Amino acid sequence: MNTHAHGPLLFEGKEWDFGTLMRMEEACAQIAVGELGLNVSPNQLEVITSEQMLDAYASLGMPINYRHWSFGKRYAEHQKPYQRGLSGLAYEIVINTNPCISYLMEENSATMQALVIAHAAFGHNHFFNNNYLFKQWTDAGSILDYLEFAKGYITDCEQRYGVDRVERLLDAAHALAPQGVFHHSGKRKTKNDQKKEKKRLIKRAVDEEHDYNDLWRTVPDLRLKRPETLSEELRKSLLGLPEENVLYFLAKHAPKLEPWQREILRIVSTIAQYFYPQPRTKVMNEGCATYVHYRIMTRLHETGQISDGSFQEFLISHTNAISQPGYDSPYFRGFNPYALGFGMMRDIERIVSGINPLTGAPCTEEELREHKAYFPAIAGTGDVMKVLRDAWANYRDDSFIAQFLSPRLMRNMGLFCIEDDPERKEGLLVEATSKPQDYDRLRMWFSNQHDQSRREPMIDVIHADLSGDRRLVLRNRVHNKVLLAEKGRAKVLQHLANLWGYEVALCEMDYDTDELLKTHKTEPQVS
Amino acid sequence: MNPIIIDRRLNPSGRSLPNRQYLARRARDEIKRAVEDFLDKAKGVSDAMDTDGKISISLGGIEEPTIEIGSGGKTNRVFPGNKEFAGGEILERPSGGSGSGTKGKAGEGRSDQDQFEFVLTREEFLDAFFGNLELPELQKKNIMDMVSDGYHRAGFTRTGSPSALSLKRTALNAMGRRLALHRPKKTDIEALEREIENTDDATEREKLIQRLEALKKRHRAIPYIDPFDERYRRLEQNRKPNTQAVMFCLMDVSGSMTEHMKDLAKRFFMLLGIFLMRKYKKVEIVYIRHTETAQEVDEETFFHSKDTGGTVISSALVSADDIIDERYPPEHWNIYIAQASDGDNLPSDENMVIRCITALLPKVQYYAYIDVHSGAPNAKKNKSILWRIYEVLIKSGLPIAMQKVGDKSQIFKVFAELFQRGRKKADALKEGG
Repeated sequence: MNTHAHGPLLFEGKEWDFGTLMRMEEACAQIAVGELGLNVSPNQLEVITSEQMLDAYASLGMPINYRHWSFGKRYAEHQKPYQRGLSGLAYEIVINTNPCISYLMEENSATMQALVIAHAAFGHNHFFNNNYLFKQWTDAGSILDYLEFAKGYITDCEQRYGVDRVERLLDAAHALAPQGVFHHSGKRKTKNDQKKEKKRLIKRAVDEEHDYNDLWRTVPDLRLKRPETLSEELRKSLLGLPEENVLYFLAKHAPKLEPWQREILRIVSTIAQYFYPQPRTKVMNEGCATYVHYRIMTRLHETGQISDGSFQEFLISHTNAISQPGYDSPYFRGFNPYALGFGMMRDIERIVSGINPLTGAPCTEEELREHKAYFPAIAGTGDVMKVLRDAWANYRDDSFIAQFLSPRLMRNMGLFCIEDDPERKEGLLVEATSKPQDYDRLRMWFSNQHDQSRREPMIDVIHADLSGDRRLVLRNRVHNKVLLAEKGRAKVLQHLANLWGYEVALCEMDYDTDELLKTHKTEPQVS
Repeated sequence: MNPIIIDRRLNPSGRSLPNRQYLARRARDEIKRAVEDFLDKAKGVSDAMDTDGKISISLGGIEEPTIEIGSGGKTNRVFPGNKEFAGGEILERPSGGSGSGTKGKAGEGRSDQDQFEFVLTREEFLDAFFGNLELPELQKKNIMDMVSDGYHRAGFTRTGSPSALSLKRTALNAMGRRLALHRPKKTDIEALEREIENTDDATEREKLIQRLEALKKRHRAIPYIDPFDERYRRLEQNRKPNTQAVMFCLMDVSGSMTEHMKDLAKRFFMLLGIFLMRKYKKVEIVYIRHTETAQEVDEETFFHSKDTGGTVISSALVSADDIIDERYPPEHWNIYIAQASDGDNLPSDENMVIRCITALLPKVQYYAYIDVHSGAPNAKKNKSILWRIYEVLIKSGLPIAMQKVGDKSQIFKVFAELFQRGRKKADALKEGG
């Protein structure tokens, strides 16, 4: 296995300089690309201060962003506990760009910098670069240009139309941002080529200014000339209904918006779409990065490139990162994606290689039988990285769990499922535990729990009467008769009505039967 | 491929500052509430002006709503760390109700995300608070008080202390002078001396000696460095304009002014003081209280001493006028007068008031009058004697404005009305409160 000569140490002690970072990156690259077969974008490592880390937190980790008070709020939220010493900052932030930007905090020791480079600049970088959701929905090469454009455009709008109007619009757009993304590629272009988008936007903004001619307003629109003669079906298809991306629909069809307002809605929608894959791949993304850093750091130690002391420091950090408190622990904050992700990756390693990664000894007969029974396609096939690379490329959290969560891991983590049925007066039911008869169900529940589409409301636009009363109708498809939470709903609908300019109705309908459960109506507020 | 490594630490900090300012702007209502609390706590005008601390506000109102699925219905959740549960077991519902009461769930929610403290610097606080307000007539005074904060180089001078002697300049001047006056060089003299030694012819030698004498004489007469050549580095004081203002607080403390009314006046003076601090480096405050006579007092006495008597408003105006003439010449000071009174005056004093105020107004930047009343419904409508007088003055376009106020909650509104940005003279006459 040992293909490296025992090289000189990359660094000694805690101190580092740019030469050290450069050597670390090269040493990591050799292992990541040469041995693990990762496919990464070029790296850009940026050394930042803790204040800059707070800045980055505040603007969603992006190096540039437009101005909005909510980012200031985020900054204040992070700043206070940090200054009081209640919470530390992340060691790194990595941005899905090309070249892939990783922020390294200046306070980190040399070992931590090596860990961060292995984790972010190789692990996350590979994931961003290969996972199908990121490939489908984000264009790492142009996002920074797009944000630059967005910032400029919005600043320009502030100057032209006033900070207040822009702020009101952004408030509304942010409230609707979760409903401002496409979930299915369907008929639309699958890749948001933001460079083209930018050119298109600029051109359109300029053209609109030059070509505006009030006469056109008086020329009847042939498409909608006699709306009453259009069938409902045709009208819907002209509007592209039903439409899941509410912001996109508003930008296109809201009757009262001005061109710049439509543009800003598109900007918020585009940025929301860029972030769309992240919560859907949290476990896998962190699992991939943690597994990669573990492999790289171990290899660096094996090949004598980091000292025993550094490796010890790394292990402490690593162990902290992958701890998973039990449900009854005071530290329990739900599932730790690092722990779950890393656990699953290591488990796949064991299944594919048939070797216990902790001891290096072959698995027992019983274990091998279980591997074969549950993972016939990969058990014992030998090429661990091939299987992992394939998983990282083609799954998201819920499908990954459904496919790869092993009985062994369920047992080790002591997973169990609690069913809370209000009908069952006597109490909560332990629906499944990590016992052979429950494996499949437990895995299903766990997969569902990581299915973002079950956690978010399913809202789409189903009707918009542009010629009559101009009412906009949306639908929320309700599972298990659980309606929308009262708290945010009314406010978001108010924002929506203000953007649309006429009455908006949200119908909550049962997913299976289409039965109308409740309707919420909102009139726009005159501002 | 080599990685790119960038040191961002030297980038200008404060990238989030604009967002922070937007947040402060957004939170104006909250900030106003904080200011009102702050004014409640401040003991007096100078106290309010001196506070340098930061002001902390809670932003409960700044929400970012989203649509979320409600709780309830049948839910299945997976947890880690099973030790004792067996499948099919029924557990008692944890106290805290049904539905969302499942163990451990609380930890997963977004915990009190919308509740946090936002600390404003004094600057931000004032900006947010006084954002739309401005001091009228500020530009009129361009006589500034000059303050010094060090020295800068400003050319050369012929006199100065030895330590400031510019060797280079002095040497240059000396060289120029020597060249211009044809001071013989030492080398020339030496060459001539050698020539004399080597010359045998007596007459020739004599001629040369004479020339040498002449040269030596000239060499002696023209000094190498003359005091005339000396140049010294000249330093000049940095002078920066510092606008200074004086605020006169005139208050009627006659028997008809209740504690409530004085409190209103005090709040108004405090606001004005803080506001002036923002525009001027140096703000002085003069307190004048009056009954039938006026006197200049310190702050403590101004607000707290009990004194009663009749009301002769002109006495305060005369007193202010005298103090201006004596200590605050209008060409050096921006003068603001804030007057608080219930507006009652001795009828016979009316002409005197008109005469005094018309003499006073040309000297001041702005004259703000608040007509404090008890807050009773009918008190709002009554026009006091003073109010009627000032009404006439405002119509003639003088820099005076007035408002009625009867309750402390109106103070900021009244203040804002008086100092509204771009406010026209014609709007000056508005009945507030």
